[in-house]
Amino acid sequence: MTAVATVPEPPRTRRGAGTATTLLTAAALLVAVVASLAVGPRALPPSVVLDALTAFDPTNADHLVVTEVRLPRTLIGLLAGLALGPAGVLAQGLTRNPIAEPGILGLNTGAALAVVLAIGVLGIRSLTAYVWFGFLGAGLAAVVVAGVAGIGGRSASSPATLALAGAALTAGLGSVTTAVLLTDPDAFEDYRFWQVGSLAGRDLGIAGQAAPFVLAGLALALLCGPTLNALALGDDVARSFGRHVGRDRAVCGLALVVLAGAATAVAGPIAFVGLTVPHLVRALAGPDHRRLLPLAALAAPTLLLVADVVGRVVASPREVQVGIVTAVIGAPVFIWFVRRKRFVR
Amino acid sequence: MTGTERTGARPDGAAALQEARARSRRRVGVAGAVLAAAVVVAFLATISLGDYPIAPGELLPSLVGSGPARVEFVVTRLRLPRALAGLAVGAALGLAGALFQRLLRNPLASPDVIGVGAGASAAAVTAFTVFGLSGAGVSAAAVLGAAGTATAIVLLARRGRAGGSGLHGVRFVLIGVGLGSALLAVVSWLMTTASLTTAQQTLLWLTGSLNNVTWAATTPLLVAVAVLLPAAFVAARALPRLELGDETAAALGLPVERARLALLAVGVLLVAAAVAVAGPVSFVALVAGPVAARLAGPGRSSLPHAALVGALLLLAADLVARHLIGDVPLPVGVVTGVVGAPYLLWLLARSRTRGAT
Repeated sequence: MTAVATVPEPPRTRRGAGTATTLLTAAALLVAVVASLAVGPRALPPSVVLDALTAFDPTNADHLVVTEVRLPRTLIGLLAGLALGPAGVLAQGLTRNPIAEPGILGLNTGAALAVVLAIGVLGIRSLTAYVWFGFLGAGLAAVVVAGVAGIGGRSASSPATLALAGAALTAGLGSVTTAVLLTDPDAFEDYRFWQVGSLAGRDLGIAGQAAPFVLAGLALALLCGPTLNALALGDDVARSFGRHVGRDRAVCGLALVVLAGAATAVAGPIAFVGLTVPHLVRALAGPDHRRLLPLAALAAPTLLLVADVVGRVVASPREVQVGIVTAVIGAPVFIWFVRRKRFVR
Repeated sequence: MTGTERTGARPDGAAALQEARARSRRRVGVAGAVLAAAVVVAFLATISLGDYPIAPGELLPSLVGSGPARVEFVVTRLRLPRALAGLAVGAALGLAGALFQRLLRNPLASPDVIGVGAGASAAAVTAFTVFGLSGAGVSAAAVLGAAGTATAIVLLARRGRAGGSGLHGVRFVLIGVGLGSALLAVVSWLMTTASLTTAQQTLLWLTGSLNNVTWAATTPLLVAVAVLLPAAFVAARALPRLELGDETAAALGLPVERARLALLAVGVLLVAAAVAVAGPVSFVALVAGPVAARLAGPGRSSLPHAALVGALLLLAADLVARHLIGDVPLPVGVVTGVVGAPYLLWLLARSRTRGAT
């Protein structure tokens, strides 16, 4: 063995099979995007959708539905999914805990509390402003969790400590949120529709505001693949391969915060995607985080958009918000995988 | 801390071990006594404080039925049921949380985290918003929801292909979390379909509150807890053997699966009884176990302490909730969350800097 060891690569699936998985997932995403633009209370054939995008006619009601309602919604879904999938992989990889996700680490609740305070205390009523508050809240929550669990410090924090810190924060912040809502009926009226997680009613401005964060977070997350692979072997082993464990965690943690905050800010707290998608893609692609992160970024928006379409159709003319559909679809899938798989420990 | 008054020769190994055992026994005893005393103080404070304060001199006579009629009405009709409910709910949640955490070997595995609380909430909120029930109907729905969810988790965790009994460890917790997420989403959706008033009442219930507790709710709770508490301690006698691992426990003559099911059943029923009366009060079940273990010493079998910590936390939180902000009686769940969270965070941070855990 040479003096400078490299982190051993997790076993890969056959290269051909890996490419096929990626292509299939990308194709599924494309189908989901088209469905998201075409399906709804007014169903449109894909050709009309294409016309609306390429040869827009402002007098055509169908075209207006596509550009004014469904396009922003689809973009929001894409952004939220791009953020949530990798965020889930990061959360589980960083904590080495299969039940970890941005929600369990307290990031969603942090974002939610900041939004509630914005509504209740500052009297802000604009979804565009929620982006910033959601972001701020997730960041502060992450700083607290990281500080308590010592992610950046020299002493290794156990995954259990990290997860417990997140759960503690979730409970505490949730209580403050409730206290505000109980004393302010107006804030509650806004909040109860925001907190289910929805892609509807957001305009393109929100997508434009959140997009730089999602893309930056995504780029950072994709760089974290080798880091997460090393961390999966345990801190001591990772260190013996020359990794700076604390710094690595801080960088990936930053990516996680940016992604979770942006997703919560654009679409509300959609918790289940960050938990389910990593397990789904791991079943498809094995344990290598360099493959998991991009696959999760493809699979999560697919799941979100399909769930959103289902929510529009299933209770038509009313609709079920996407956060509820992802949970109701995601839970059985998730449980099925848990039952099939043998989890270590 | 050790060896400060060491004067002569080093004690031999056996003596040192004996001394350490005696010390940890003392610590368990002292912690228990202090906790019990604190619970009594909090209980009496709950009864004596309020819009109509009752002097300590009047308190005890009216509790035994020989005080002035006015005082006695306030004490026995209004405050006693609430104080007793707080005591029972806190003890039940604290004990159930510690049972779950030790049985599933995961500090996150308190019943509210693994979906039992979510099941109770979903059933109760359905009863509330869809069927317009209230009072005992909602309580019954909560009990059924908790028991039904727990049964579903057990069945799903049991028959997996992954082998093993499945009633412990990560798989059980994961299935609970998954099911819980779906159930909470249903709750969220019901909140958006309800009227604002109904949704607000639902939020209040979901937070956990003792504000409207009367004897009608307290009496069945006390009966349930009086049965379940001893049952839990009996079932918990299997825990030390279970913690040795399934094979060793079976070799020691323990019917592993049955012991585990018994523990789960008692834990779930404790949670159900508590939630039926007070709603899913956040955090008590999650925090009581770690706090009790911290107070009674590491590695101790600290279940009675967890029950006491739960009761103390709930009673104290209810006192604060009632008196913190002038005329607005907050639900107790707000305070348990706000107080409990920083405390647990502090414990975690402290144990990290000291290099423990």
